[in-house]
Amino acid sequence: MELYTILRAFADSWMLLFLFCFFLGVVFWAFRPGSRREHDECANLIFRNDDAPDGSGDDMKGAL
Amino acid sequence: MWDYIKLVIFGLTAVLAVICANYARDLAYQVHAIIIFAVAGGMFVYTLRQVDEPKPVAATGYMDDVIRAGVIATAFWGVVGFLAGTYIAFQLAFPALNFEWAQGYANFGRLRPLHTSAVIFAFGGNALICTSFYIVQRTSAARLWGGNLPWFVFWGYNLFIVLAATGYLLGATQSKEYAEPEWYVDLWLTVVWVAYLAVFLGTIMTRKEKHIYVANWFFLSFIVTVAMLHLLNNLALPVSVFGSRSVHVFAGVQDAMIQWWYGHNAVGFFLTAGFLGMMYYFIPKQAEKPVYSYKLSIIHFWALIFLYIWAGPHHLHYTALPDWAATLGMVFSVILWMPSWGGMINGLMTLSGAWDKLRTDPVIRMMVVSLGFYGMSTFEGPMMSIRAVNSLSHYTDWTIGHVHSGALGWNGMITFGALYFLTPRLWGRSNLYSLSLVNWHFWLATIGIVLYASSMWVTGIMEGLMWREVDANGFLVNSFADTVSAKFPMYVVRGLGGVLFLSGALIMCYNLWMTATRGPVADTAADAPAVPAE
Repeated sequence: MELYTILRAFADSWMLLFLFCFFLGVVFWAFRPGSRREHDECANLIFRNDDAPDGSGDDMKGAL
Repeated sequence: MWDYIKLVIFGLTAVLAVICANYARDLAYQVHAIIIFAVAGGMFVYTLRQVDEPKPVAATGYMDDVIRAGVIATAFWGVVGFLAGTYIAFQLAFPALNFEWAQGYANFGRLRPLHTSAVIFAFGGNALICTSFYIVQRTSAARLWGGNLPWFVFWGYNLFIVLAATGYLLGATQSKEYAEPEWYVDLWLTVVWVAYLAVFLGTIMTRKEKHIYVANWFFLSFIVTVAMLHLLNNLALPVSVFGSRSVHVFAGVQDAMIQWWYGHNAVGFFLTAGFLGMMYYFIPKQAEKPVYSYKLSIIHFWALIFLYIWAGPHHLHYTALPDWAATLGMVFSVILWMPSWGGMINGLMTLSGAWDKLRTDPVIRMMVVSLGFYGMSTFEGPMMSIRAVNSLSHYTDWTIGHVHSGALGWNGMITFGALYFLTPRLWGRSNLYSLSLVNWHFWLATIGIVLYASSMWVTGIMEGLMWREVDANGFLVNSFADTVSAKFPMYVVRGLGGVLFLSGALIMCYNLWMTATRGPVADTAADAPAVPAE
């Protein structure tokens, strides 16, 4: 079979299915139980560290 | 040691540039070689004077000087781009403005790519680079990675812009829309872009926060996708290493498809994903409230990047492109409406509980109006991608109106908002010099866009209807020149809209300048209270 035909057939079957499932996975991941606390934390991180790169003394500090 | 390597690189580049200038086969290439010689030579002398001097101690705070330079460059290129756009708008209304003495350099055909590149790549690109540098540092709690590499990105990118702009005026173009620069300028941009990616990723990888804030996801997708688009759409063989001409590797419908896959994703990732990164940081910051729904922002991100990449073929309805490909592009464009509006709602609802700020804070009003235009153009775009609508709208001024409601309204307004946000903070001022001037800017810009977009709707639909009008015997009623003369009043209105938008931008420059030099000084001790441990 021609390379174009092979790629075309792959793209609109398995690859499409994979991308679609990946996307659904992302949606479920975003809504998984227990994600709210983490997302609130994320959404608020822009209000820290405005003036200096020190980090706010949380999670990752000392890990690097 | 590094100094000596730099000296060798700059010295060799300067010598090679002079050789290239000597053998140059066309004027644009020669001028570019001379520009590169001047830059490399200047850098050689500058580096030479630094050799074996004691090195300053590496700074540890945020790297803000490169962002200050970026703010200045954004404002400067913005005015250049708006001025060029306003001028060519009047050239269309009054062809006499294509002066005889400037024929071949400053006629519409040469100035039009100068305008589009100046606003998209110079104004928009500098805005993206400087805001992404600002945001990635604050959200990672880390200094920009790579020592002086961010400076290389800034100056390298602006050198790219100068080469692109001078090239257009002198006739070096590969005639691909939004990808006009010739092969050696493309190669230079590739080098700069890799450095940009390294700085951005390096900063994220050395972050001291656990999470990567959503704005950084948008910026990262913008950087990675633009790299991919740029490489594939600019695959070309130079005719000679001493000339600016090149031949594209792809031809025919394949070339067209790759061009519009590039072109539409330049809109999707350069003008949308990157600017959404700005939106997700500056709107919550200016409103002093976290984003409405972080979950929605995650879904917004993934849906946007999964869908946008397929939308390109809608630029090629009724062409040699197979129908299935055009239909695919159309369907994905229509689905794309959903994540776009999801993002818009997410941004707008961030203000819930703080709507009063719209009345008191013209900066946030600017950001909210930018979201309004984002919503409007992301509805208009999918509609225009539907084949039946496209048969009326394509090749008419409606398309130009659509692009400008997105570019002036969404990209322009959110960038203005970001500049008003950044300038007091970067120059250590507690507030802007004048809020009433921001108000003036807001109204001039908004009315300017409304004039622009509405005149283009009218003239575009009129033009489309005139082109397809046939008489009882099936003959076309109007000649092309009939549509041109019918469009004259709308062209004048469009030009006036441009004048308003440009004057707003000039007011902004004055206001930002006064803020930086004479604004109220921030009391840093009171301004930066000790951060409580969480």
